Amino acid sequence: MNILLKTKNLSKTFGKKTKAVQNVSFEIRQGEILGFLGPNGAGKTTTIQMLLGLIRPTHGTISIFGMDLQTHRTEILQRVNFSSAYVSLPGNLKVWENLYTFARLYNVKHYKQKIKELTDFLEITPLLPKTYASLSSGQATRVNLAKALLNDPELLFLDEPTASLDPDIADKMRKFLKKIQKEQSLTILYTTHNMSEVEELCNRAIFINEGKIVTEGTPAMLVKKFGLRDLNEVFIKLARNKEY
Amino acid sequence: MLLTLRMNITRIYALVLRYLYLYPRSIPRILDVIFWPIVDILIWGFLTAYLAQFKTNNVSFAHILLGAIIFWDFVLRAQQSVSISFLEEVWERNLLNLFVTPITLADFILATVFVGLARIFLIGATLYIASLVFFQFNLFSFGILLIPLVVNLFFFGWILGLIATSILLRFGQSAQVLAFALTTLIQPFMAVFYPVSVLPKFLQYIALSIPATHVFEGMRTVVIKGIVPLDHLVIATLLNFIWLTISLLIFVKMFEYVRNEGKLLKLTD
Repeated sequence: MNILLKTKNLSKTFGKKTKAVQNVSFEIRQGEILGFLGPNGAGKTTTIQMLLGLIRPTHGTISIFGMDLQTHRTEILQRVNFSSAYVSLPGNLKVWENLYTFARLYNVKHYKQKIKELTDFLEITPLLPKTYASLSSGQATRVNLAKALLNDPELLFLDEPTASLDPDIADKMRKFLKKIQKEQSLTILYTTHNMSEVEELCNRAIFINEGKIVTEGTPAMLVKKFGLRDLNEVFIKLARNKEY
Repeated sequence: MLLTLRMNITRIYALVLRYLYLYPRSIPRILDVIFWPIVDILIWGFLTAYLAQFKTNNVSFAHILLGAIIFWDFVLRAQQSVSISFLEEVWERNLLNLFVTPITLADFILATVFVGLARIFLIGATLYIASLVFFQFNLFSFGILLIPLVVNLFFFGWILGLIATSILLRFGQSAQVLAFALTTLIQPFMAVFYPVSVLPKFLQYIALSIPATHVFEGMRTVVIKGIVPLDHLVIATLLNFIWLTISLLIFVKMFEYVRNEGKLLKLTD
């Protein structure tokens, strides 16, 4: 499989002392859902923001679609998208205004048709005339996802997309993601603290702690490697144990 | 590269739309474009009408003050349109969504120019009509040559908006008062309602380094003498280019700072 994203010795130091990310090297292959896991403050958000060109790395390189992110930012971001439970769309705009704006920001051709397809598929068409601020968490998450799929991204960054959802909606969301990932051979970098979600969705997972990659492998392999019952136990062990 | 100067008309249009969508249904924004400028013109207009009773030998006095308040509103609202647009993204926690799209800084900056122009057009029309209806004062009766002065004023307001945005980038929401008041902060040096000559000598040097000062001086010359002072116009334009270069450098530098320190997301906290 093609390698879509590759980081080499990626590091970020804030100020003189705070080493947020240290020599992180990994790859994501086309069509893969990679779980990017770790406790709070492990360096996940910093790494994702570096991958999206929002933070300049102190050292190391990022290559996406075979292009260097520093020099080909616009071309790369045209083919990438992002959604997070912690980043909202403008609440004072209506849902259709938000989607139209972002469709144009991504230069989506036939954007009206694209928005219709996505909103029908995500069952959010009745929400189009409502303001984003008036939506429930579940509705907002689906609108965020519609925004993230507007440009038919080849690589999607999802930062805890189900964090604020009830189990029913979260389950529907995971099924939807699985479906769209299969249909479009979408590649996803997925962060979550819900390990059963990782077991259900991800082909592979990387654990990061204190800015360093601790271990990686398929969910089943990781459980076997540490001789534990499930990925949740693996997470707790890795988060608490500083000796890797 | 994020700082590339390449721009894209569709993306700029999208950003402009994003801000303009809000106007038709937002009462505070409608007030900002129509109500507050009218309040300004009424207060100052009635005051100058009253004062004019004591200055029978100087019929231009009321016109000078009215012209000044109209021009002052232009520069103030132009600054606010840039910095408040940015602040809006901070309040709405939308900065990250915006900067993970392929937009460049040039797209973002140009969009603020167009939003500012749209606002200034609406505010200008409001002020023009209000001063005509209430005080029979037609600013453009002094000729269309006032337009280059207005253009200079708009660009200086926009430059101040960019500087205010740079300060917001560096210091976050704790500096948001500047998004509203940066222009007011330097108002005493801009010689809005009085000539530069009344300032102490050392303040005159500061005043003359500000493009808007030359616009206000030029406006007074037009109203009193009926001629367009080309020297003020040329100096205002040249100073605007210098200020534009400085403000762009500051903005780019502050954006780089935010990128290096990872503060884009934290701006919303």
